[in-house]
Amino acid sequence: MNSQVEVIDEILECYPEKPEYLIFLLQDIQSAYGYISPESMQAVSDYAGVPITQVYSVATFYQSFRLEPKGEHELRVCLGTACYLKGGQRIVEELERKLNIKAGETTEDMIYTLDTVNCVGACALSPVMMVDDKYETNLTAGKVNKILKNIETE
Amino acid sequence: MTNENTALNTKINSGRLNSHEDLNALRQQIIDKHDPTKLEVLVCHGTGCIANGSMEVSETFKKICETSGIDVKIKPNIKTTGCQGFCSRGPLVLINPQGIFYQRVKPKDVEEIIQKTIINNEPVERLLYKDPKTGEPIKTENEIPFYNLQERIVLHNIGKIDPTDINDKIAAGGYQALAKALTTMTPKDVVTEITKSGLRGRGGAGFPTGRKWQGALKAVDKKGGPVYVVVNGDEGDPGAFMDCAIMEGDPHAVLEGLILGAYALGSNNGYLYIRAEYPLAVKHLEMAMAQARELGLLGENILNSGFSFDARINRGAGAFVCGESTALFTSIEGKAGTPRPKYVRSVEEGLWGRPTVLNNVETWANVPLIIDKGADWYSKLGVLNNTGTKVFCLVGKVNNVGLVEVPMGTPLSKIVEDIGGGVPNGKPFKAVQTGGPSGGCIPYKLKDLAVDFDSLTKAGAMMGSGAMIVMDDRDCVVDVALYFLRFLEEESCGKCIPCRLGLSRMKEILDTFSHGKGSEKDIDDLISLAKAIQDGALCALGTSAPNPCLTTIKFFKEEYLAHINEQRCPAGVCKDLITYSIDPDACTGCGSCARHCPQNCISGEKKKVHVIDTQNCIRCGICMDTCKFDAVQVN
Ligand SMILES: Cc1cc2nc3c(=O)[nH]c(=O)nc-3n(C[C@H](O)[C@H](O)[C@H](O)COP(=O)(O)O)c2cc1C
Ligand code: SF4
Ligand code: FES
Ligand code: FES
Repeated sequence: MNSQVEVIDEILECYPEKPEYLIFLLQDIQSAYGYISPESMQAVSDYAGVPITQVYSVATFYQSFRLEPKGEHELRVCLGTACYLKGGQRIVEELERKLNIKAGETTEDMIYTLDTVNCVGACALSPVMMVDDKYETNLTAGKVNKILKNIETE
Repeated sequence: MTNENTALNTKINSGRLNSHEDLNALRQQIIDKHDPTKLEVLVCHGTGCIANGSMEVSETFKKICETSGIDVKIKPNIKTTGCQGFCSRGPLVLINPQGIFYQRVKPKDVEEIIQKTIINNEPVERLLYKDPKTGEPIKTENEIPFYNLQERIVLHNIGKIDPTDINDKIAAGGYQALAKALTTMTPKDVVTEITKSGLRGRGGAGFPTGRKWQGALKAVDKKGGPVYVVVNGDEGDPGAFMDCAIMEGDPHAVLEGLILGAYALGSNNGYLYIRAEYPLAVKHLEMAMAQARELGLLGENILNSGFSFDARINRGAGAFVCGESTALFTSIEGKAGTPRPKYVRSVEEGLWGRPTVLNNVETWANVPLIIDKGADWYSKLGVLNNTGTKVFCLVGKVNNVGLVEVPMGTPLSKIVEDIGGGVPNGKPFKAVQTGGPSGGCIPYKLKDLAVDFDSLTKAGAMMGSGAMIVMDDRDCVVDVALYFLRFLEEESCGKCIPCRLGLSRMKEILDTFSHGKGSEKDIDDLISLAKAIQDGALCALGTSAPNPCLTTIKFFKEEYLAHINEQRCPAGVCKDLITYSIDPDACTGCGSCARHCPQNCISGEKKKVHVIDTQNCIRCGICMDTCKFDAVQVN
């Protein structure tokens, strides 16, 4: 496997060395690593010619950027309006209890990260959550427990 | 794309198009290659149906057709499409040319569809839609009220064409408007046509598109080029997917509109700003752009007209406020997207400080239609000053969830009750929230309200980008107002004080109501605070944020008073004001609630009535969710 530095260099080289590509760079680094480390922030800052403080300000302003490593599985519960009205909040609370973390956090064993999102476009099947890239639909507390069990036995 | 389609593409392989005639010749070639007697299976690959397993359905179709030794003469074309509209019935499969509509299709149903419908031309009755009133099966899409009460113009191709194949779009008339404009119209003619059509921006505010374009042209006159054109595909409204469906299902419509706008404005560079959560929209637009470039419909010297234009995609990074024009430009420039004061309008000083035209996805998708069919045709749709159609995303407590397109001015009740099939419990709807977090709640008593920009604004709501969330008597207006305020408080960029502090104070007050505390005076304070925010906030996120709260107070004051004065939540939602109990007559003693209760506070013997210990109950609602016999009640 390539070292993180090499991969980051590869990502950087896809874009011109201009400040306007800052968000592109951070997005690509995040999709490669799941989060943006202080080192990659420095690399981006040097490459795009943007002060590190501004890289940090962009990385913290946008919700999709994550500054800490995420768990092996990412659970993103939809709290868009349709899902909220059909009990999405109950699903979040159930997962918070089951995993013993709050939304936005990662379990200590680094297996689960729990997040909320606003509408993933499957409102007809609300409440919805995404388990990594898979949609889980028409959720109930019972279904959530089954999903967790399935992940554990995988 | 199916194997058949790929084969078709390689055969057609047209190379660069240099004139309108070339485009027409290619179109004819594609149409001629298409055998009109050959069946077509259209499997919906919109986000809703994919979430429901439609990818397995299309895979199964392909597999069976490849391996079952089906006669090549009757072997159907299998096509995957964008959202076909009726998402709550997904996965959807449409069989053309008959137009047979199959709903809730599972992979195991595919064999039967092939045997009966493809080979023997008989419908599979159990997969047909049933008329909810008579229970009679309905065979074709055109006979289903959900579809035939709509006027699908912008959505016309969505669900019918393969969005990843430009040939499919060209056969359906794609890029005809562009070719027409480039060969027979001056840029000024295009602006005039759009102005005459009366088209207003579909992104929320309803600003006349023609006027916006003229404003940008004036700015260019004054300070020279370059000028930019930008697509707003940020769709931040939580609970709406119209723009997503358009970008995924007919990406060329947005692209063609953008190129037309660029031609009209003399722009050579465009940007498409697309929400982070829409990877499929990004993918389809990228493919569309690459295919259009290859045919000479995008890039240098388009259709040999001397006009050059190209565009690039910026993915959003998850900030609602970036849907606001100046914040969106700042974000494209690579910075944190905070709005700036609009002393100078963004048509004059937008992206990179240059004249810029920003329009919504659906606005751009309307442009080719207007150029193709003419402003006169377009302005006859809809009502005075609100021409054309609007696409809505009908969701919430309504039977038919999906994408709905109707002429402007259509009564709300037609959308919710006739097309949407009303509320699942059969009662009248309680309210409809339009315009998302910036919009308002319209009560049942205004059900005949015409849905257009002006009528909605007059009622205190807002068109917004087209979300329509139906609520029933189990939805609490205080809770909904609180939901939107929580959302906006979190999304506020914090640049100006009225929004940053005002919204969090409004939220605090509403929060006390949901706990049964507060006084009537607090309602007055809430209203005056809301007015101050409307007057003082820098951008429309702040100025429109109080709308959900103000409209619910206006139309549902008694419900607020029940919370404050009687510590009662009539809808049974606000946790502190409710208790759960088990109806002894309905309880079968199955024990499901007790097994799932996180507090272990439900007890009862097997097959005997269960009881909730209300002292320890945290009112999580899980017992109610899990009970299959509706025995758990809220009081
Ligand atoms: C907070 C905020 C969020 C917005 N979000 C969107 C959006 O997601 N999509 C959109 O098209 N317009 C959005 N708008 C409206 C845009 O600022 C702008 O008016 C619109 O894109 C102009 O295009 P139109 O004239 O075609 O509607 C938003 C406005 C505000 C204040
Ligand atoms: S109104 Fe809100 S979102 Fe808009 S600039 Fe002010 S703080 Fe930012
Ligand atoms: S609101 Fe949850 S998918 Fe749309
Ligand atoms: S996603 Fe298939 S009908 Fe909407």
